[in-house]
Formats: sequence, structure tokens, C-alpha cells
Amino acid sequence: MLGSGLLQGLAVTAKNFVGSFHDPKRFVTTQYPEEKTRLPEAYRNFPFLVSENAEDPMGTLRCVACQICEKECPPQCIYIEKSKDKKPDASGKQQIYPAVFDIDTAVCMSCQICVEVCPFDAIKMDQVFELAATDRFTGLMLDRHALAKPNSYFHQLHPTEAAEVDDRLATERKAAEEKARAAAAAKAAAAAKPPAVPPPPPAVVPLPPPVPPAA
Amino acid sequence: MSFSDPSPLSAAPGASVRAVHDEFHGDLLEVSMGPHHPSTHGVFRMMVTLDGETVVKLKPVFGYLHRNHEKIGENTSYLGSMPYTDRLDYLCSMTNNWAYALAVEKLAGQAVPERAEYLRVILAELTRLLNHTCLAGFLLQDCGASGTPLMYAFREREKILDLFESLSGSRMMCNYQRFGGCRVDAPAGWLDAARALTDGYGSFLDEYEALLTGNEILMARTQGIGCLSAKLAVSAGVTGPLLRAAGVAYDLRKVDGYGFYPRFDFRVPLGAHGDTYDRYMVRVLEMRESIRILQQALRDIPAGPIMDPKAKLRGFRPKPGEVYSRIEGPKGEIGFHLISEGGPNPYRYRVRPPSLINLTILEDLCLGHSIADAVVILGSIDIVLGEVDR
Repeated sequence: MLGSGLLQGLAVTAKNFVGSFHDPKRFVTTQYPEEKTRLPEAYRNFPFLVSENAEDPMGTLRCVACQICEKECPPQCIYIEKSKDKKPDASGKQQIYPAVFDIDTAVCMSCQICVEVCPFDAIKMDQVFELAATDRFTGLMLDRHALAKPNSYFHQLHPTEAAEVDDRLATERKAAEEKARAAAAAKAAAAAKPPAVPPPPPAVVPLPPPVPPAA
Repeated sequence: MSFSDPSPLSAAPGASVRAVHDEFHGDLLEVSMGPHHPSTHGVFRMMVTLDGETVVKLKPVFGYLHRNHEKIGENTSYLGSMPYTDRLDYLCSMTNNWAYALAVEKLAGQAVPERAEYLRVILAELTRLLNHTCLAGFLLQDCGASGTPLMYAFREREKILDLFESLSGSRMMCNYQRFGGCRVDAPAGWLDAARALTDGYGSFLDEYEALLTGNEILMARTQGIGCLSAKLAVSAGVTGPLLRAAGVAYDLRKVDGYGFYPRFDFRVPLGAHGDTYDRYMVRVLEMRESIRILQQALRDIPAGPIMDPKAKLRGFRPKPGEVYSRIEGPKGEIGFHLISEGGPNPYRYRVRPPSLINLTILEDLCLGHSIADAVVILGSIDIVLGEVDR
């Protein structure tokens, strides 16, 4: 019968209309500024820099200014200047640190490649998305002070990933300490013996080996 | 009107439909539709020559969204191009990722672990559901059913996007596939959520079809409109649901058997007339088959690694060579042509976008129909300008 398809369709819309008042399956709208949906753990927006200590964020940045992320960033939104001097990092080792670390969030496309290529777990993805600024240049250009967030904040955002990272870093640190202790013992043994043996390896072994930037 | 009238050919150069010139018909009217027009699905312009309301010539004008994608691909690393492929067809970033990853894997001779292959199939079929659902909504919007079908489609699409977000971190710009596997494993409970969605999708399709498939207005607006013959479709290089609606059994999932598709049992729906209604129906039936594939994949997915342990993220330099690799995207054959000279970035990077090549037959489909039908036909071709213009 002509029109039966129309009536069938109207029945569907009527069911949806009535359902939107009582059927929880059809309550799909979130009244955004008042209520917010819970973000999934994997959600990513813009990067931030991880620091070990919330009291002294600039002193305990994990970043050692190796500039790999700057090189790999597809839209080239990261700008890094290496420091001239060295500062002790979180584990007490003398390291170069970023004197300038800028991310232009107006250019960043949230692809997470900087996070994936970082060998030091120093840059991670933030979940803040309400970033409207009144100045399109300075308001969206984040420097290292704005980017630094403590490790505890990273644990809040991505608990699973942060736990993995902490485990990995602790294992690496332990391995480096063992290696340093073994090297020190070998050195002491070599000092006790007559100097016929070859020169001992350096006492301090680099903690995570600095990876040369890909050509 | 009848086109067998012995009247002179239309004045427009290249026009193949006879325009009638008598006391009831005036001169031809040239209308520029777009680039900013709600019916053109983005920044796309149709220069339409009209005789009354009948299209006698149609010239597609595009390039407004050109972003130099291929030149950028030649200047960034292989990995760096991956997030840019999200932005080709921004509704289907997962299949774009897969097509590109497949090309680079072929170039570098990398293997992909079994779990990652299953995840890729699952994500590709979810993308197909998402794309076809949206397409049906947009097509109805173009027919003048403003709101209801599109909003129902978007309600379901949002559930798939939530799955993508909890897996990859982003709703649309997923950037999920990597060379030799996938970036992260599915979080706890993700596969169960995907199973729940797959099981519920059939009832949504039933509801959606009750709303649309038997609707007399939809039938009147789409049946016999924009008929595409199998001969023209093949000679123009049309792929995807358009080709299958024209009755040609050509689905790369069956023809190439890439990924793990030969392991799954599914059928390829074909149209009989090649008109707009067939294009709509083929997509609905494809969604039903996608649900079948999803159910099998989600049942069989094994545990295990998701990344080839030999895969290199940084300093990736495939040996010199040339590949073309393609997959069946929701819109058709999406392929990547790469030439490597052994450097960190490809020497040549070229995309074969299904939308652009399917768009080339737009004039042939629209000639002789009214301008309102041209809008519906464009909607049924399913273009995304991010991919057409690149």
C-alpha cells in the first residue's frame, strides 16, 4: 500500500521521540559545560614535559634536550635550545637540559609521535582541552614552564602507562647502578694489581645511553 | 521531458544532452553551486548548466582543500606521514592508516603479528560501519530529510568513535597503525565493548531500515536516478560500493585477500540497476556483512604481541624499491604508491584516493536529471573533500 513505508518510518520516529523521555539508552546528549563525560585513559590532546619533582619542575625535567622529538615532529611545532651548562638530573647525573623548549599548540596536531620517539619518557600527552586563548600567538605558544607537569600528574592521567614507565625507569636505574658498582670494583681491583692490565672502563656509565638523532 | 526531441544540441561545449529551444524554454542558465554550499560535502563547486531545471552540463571544480599532502609525504619521514593520512578521508582514518602501513610494510618486507592483523580487520570493519551509516544520513539530508536520519546515524557513529577514542586516544585522527603492527594494545574491556556494539548494531540497522528503506519518498527520489552502467563504471576506474551497485563483483577483500580477510565468511552485495537507491542498499547490506566479519574476528582474535619486534620506529630506512599497495576502504580502493631510494623519506609518495576517481563520473550520472537530483547523486557518490583535494 502506498504510504505504508512512510507510516512505518513515522512509527520509528515516534518510538524514538517517546523513548528520549524515559529510555536511558536514548539519553545520548551531555550538557557540556555543566556536565562532562569521563575521558578515556588513552585520550590525548597536547604534549607536556614530565618532571620528577613538583617543587622544582625546572630542575628535575626528564628532558635532556636531545632534540629527537623536534626532528621527528611532523608539523615541526617543537623548538628546543640546548643549555650550555649541565645540571644534575633526577638521578643525580650531570645532564644537558633544555634552555628553551617551546611547543606551538596552534601548529601541533596531537599525533603523539614525539611521545613515541622519546627515549627518556620525558614528554607525554596531556588531556586538557579547554585551551582557548585571547592571543593567537603568545596565548597558544607554550614554553617549558607552562609545559612542565610533575610525574604524579602523569599518573593521574594515564595510570597504566605511567606505572609501566616507572617500572622501566627503575629497572634501568638499577641496572646502571649495578654496572657502575661493578665498574668501580673492577677499577679498585685494577688499582690493587700492578699496572699491567689495560686501563679500566670509565667509572660512570651513562644512565640511559644518549641516542644520536636519526639522520 | 523526452530527450529524443529532434532539437539542436545544447550550446554548452561538450554537452551531450539536447536542450530544447522553443517558446517555452529560454536560454541555458549557468549556476555555480558551491564552493560553500551545504549540499557539496565540503568545499566543492559544481558549475552546472541548466535548461530549465534539467542539467545539461556539469563541471566539477575542486582543489579548494589542497594541502600538498603528497609533497609533504616526500619530505617527512615514513612515520611522519602516518598522522597526515588520517586527514585524507577524515571519516575513515583507520583504513587510511592501514593502507599506508601496508604499503610501507610491503616496501620494507615486514611481517605483522596475528593479533595486530585481527585488530586491523576489526577497526577497518568498524570504520566501514561508521562511514556507511554517516553516508546514509548525509544522503537523506541531501534528499531534504533534514535532521532525523542524520542524527540517528550520528548517534550510532558516536558509539564507534568512543571505541576509537579509548583505543587510540583520538576520535577521528586515530594515527593508530604502525609499520609492523599497531601502536598500542586494546585496553582492558575494549574487546567486550566492541562485541556489545557489534551485537547491538544489527537492531539499529533494523530500525534505520524501517525508517528509510521502504519509504516512498526516498524511493521516488532515488530509484532510476543517476544510473551508472557497469561498462562506464569499469572504464572510469570507479571502485567501492558504486561499482558493486552497478553490478560488478569486485571487492578487494575478496580479489586481493589482503590481511586476514580470506579467513572470514562474508558475501559481497551487488546492485542490479546502478541507481542511487542501489547505492544506498548496497551500503546497508555491506554493513550487515561487516557485522558478520566483526563477530567472527572478535570471536577468533588471539592473544599475543601487536608489534613486530624487529620494527624500527626511528631511523627507519626501507631498502630501495617501488610498491603499490591497496585495500578496500569504505569508499573504494585506497592505494599508496611509494618509491624508496633507501633514505629516511620516500622519493615519491602518491595516494590513489577513491573519492576523487569516483567523482569523475559525476557529470555522466547527472545529465538529464534535475538540479535537485544532482545534489542527491553527489551525496550517493560519497566523497570527502580531504581526500579529493589532498
